[in-house]
Amino acid sequence: MKYNKYIPYLFILPWIIGLLSFTLGPLIFSCIMSFYDWPIVGKTNFIGLKNYIDMFQDPLFYNALKATFRYVLLYVPLNTIFALFCAILINPKFRLTSMFKVLFFLPTIVSGVAIAIVWSWIYDKEYGILNYFLSLLGISGINWLGDRKWSIVSLVIASLWTMGNTMLIFLAALKNVPIELYEAAYIDGATNWQRFLKITLPMISPSILFNLITTLISAFQVLTLALLLTGGGPARSSYVFAMYVYHNAFRYSQLGYAAANAWFMFIIIFILTMILFKTSNLWVYYEAES
Amino acid sequence: MKRLLVSLGYYILMIFLSIYFVFPIIWMIISSVKPSTELFTYPPKFIPSSWHLENFKEAWNAQPFNLYLKNSLLIVIFNTLGQIFSCTLVAYGFARYKFKGRELLFTILLASMMIPWDVTMIPQYVLFKALKWIDTLKPFIIPAWFGGPFYIFLLRQFLLTIPKELEEAAAIDGANPLQTFTKIFLPLMKPAIAILAIFNFVTCWNDFLGPLIFINNPQKYTLMLGVAQFRGLHHIEINKIMAITTIVSLPPLLCYILAQKYFTEGIASVGIKR
Repeated sequence: MKYNKYIPYLFILPWIIGLLSFTLGPLIFSCIMSFYDWPIVGKTNFIGLKNYIDMFQDPLFYNALKATFRYVLLYVPLNTIFALFCAILINPKFRLTSMFKVLFFLPTIVSGVAIAIVWSWIYDKEYGILNYFLSLLGISGINWLGDRKWSIVSLVIASLWTMGNTMLIFLAALKNVPIELYEAAYIDGATNWQRFLKITLPMISPSILFNLITTLISAFQVLTLALLLTGGGPARSSYVFAMYVYHNAFRYSQLGYAAANAWFMFIIIFILTMILFKTSNLWVYYEAES
Repeated sequence: MKRLLVSLGYYILMIFLSIYFVFPIIWMIISSVKPSTELFTYPPKFIPSSWHLENFKEAWNAQPFNLYLKNSLLIVIFNTLGQIFSCTLVAYGFARYKFKGRELLFTILLASMMIPWDVTMIPQYVLFKALKWIDTLKPFIIPAWFGGPFYIFLLRQFLLTIPKELEEAAAIDGANPLQTFTKIFLPLMKPAIAILAIFNFVTCWNDFLGPLIFINNPQKYTLMLGVAQFRGLHHIEINKIMAITTIVSLPPLLCYILAQKYFTEGIASVGIKR
């Protein structure tokens, strides 16, 4: 088929303009900003590496890193395992499984604002329904949002509530595992657990990698829940990194400093994603392209 | 016998999980119709003694939620139109043409989805401030006309499934590239555009952080900003807070229940990369 060779570029032109002005441009621009003293209103001033030096001497920076890592280390593995578990439960075609699929996904549609509001009422120390249910089991008075031991756990429980996307991606992967493999294993006398370990897990490992990476990236950026559910507290135990960036930028009007914070986080996310990618050839199984 | 026990165990587990996923939503709705006197009781009341539907009206009228609704709807409509316009064009370019640099550009598109928003929001704020877009709805509408990478990816996956002969037939009939796109491919893309529109409606409707940063003027508040502010002002009136939260949560939930097939297909197609 013949066409002018510029035609395809015209079709993708909107995206190229958008990428340069709203994503790639700002990405580079924020790196430049990180070397400036840059208030929201007023004069900007080149200060070299001072923002980075200040950052590494800021106790709040370490506090924010610690809170974020506690959240990520708890949330990413739990979310992946829990979503896979739910996907396995709704995979067989039993009666009602399609209804359960709808119910399990329902919270994923709810806005972050609503999640925070609903869960803060559920977590209420005295009148919360969660502590009431726990009291029936003989567990009493957990101060979910007011105890620094529990604040990150509370964020994780509320975040796990919206694992629907991860679950559906696992479900699609499970549906793609050829049935013949299971039949062959059945004839060889493999147990359910062996079939899961030797067939299911390797066959869906590309989707595990995909979900781990997307969950990791989003977990490092958790903000809405921290702002509206725990407010970063108590005693800054849930003062996550995105909240630190947000406050430095828009509460303390230090855009340059906040840009330096954000770039630090970006590099951490980039390194961790690369580690996942590089080690993936050890555990991700790719079917030969036919 | 063993079979029966296994399936009994299965359904008990499913019911427990369903409670975790659905009960918070039900509890939100129950709390929203309770009289104020029944909120802080122990043990909690599961069925209110009387149903106070006026809570919804009072909560809605306590702040200019009609205005916030108008702002949210303007964003949803013009953002979605922009995404449909730009993403169909770009996805078509990537899926149906071979050109120099295509693989590299598409890799950049995928990688750009992984850039954390923390990094870009600060320079975006400076840019929007320079353009005088702060306290307007423009930051939530104009960028959408330049293509969201997620939707481009989604539409491209769809376009790759259409056989190659189609353009050739169109070319023989003398159609130019733009005609081929608008007359032949755009109608074929309707199901994928429906997925895009539904996803984008929910995303725009639920967005909180964007408006939080780019909007200060209460005249330009969106629903989510209004709800967050309402909660700050009325923090003891839990029933009113739950009422307003229920109202703003219902449209996306109804949309999902009516169009769940599209959600499942849309997300599933993301997981399976070519």
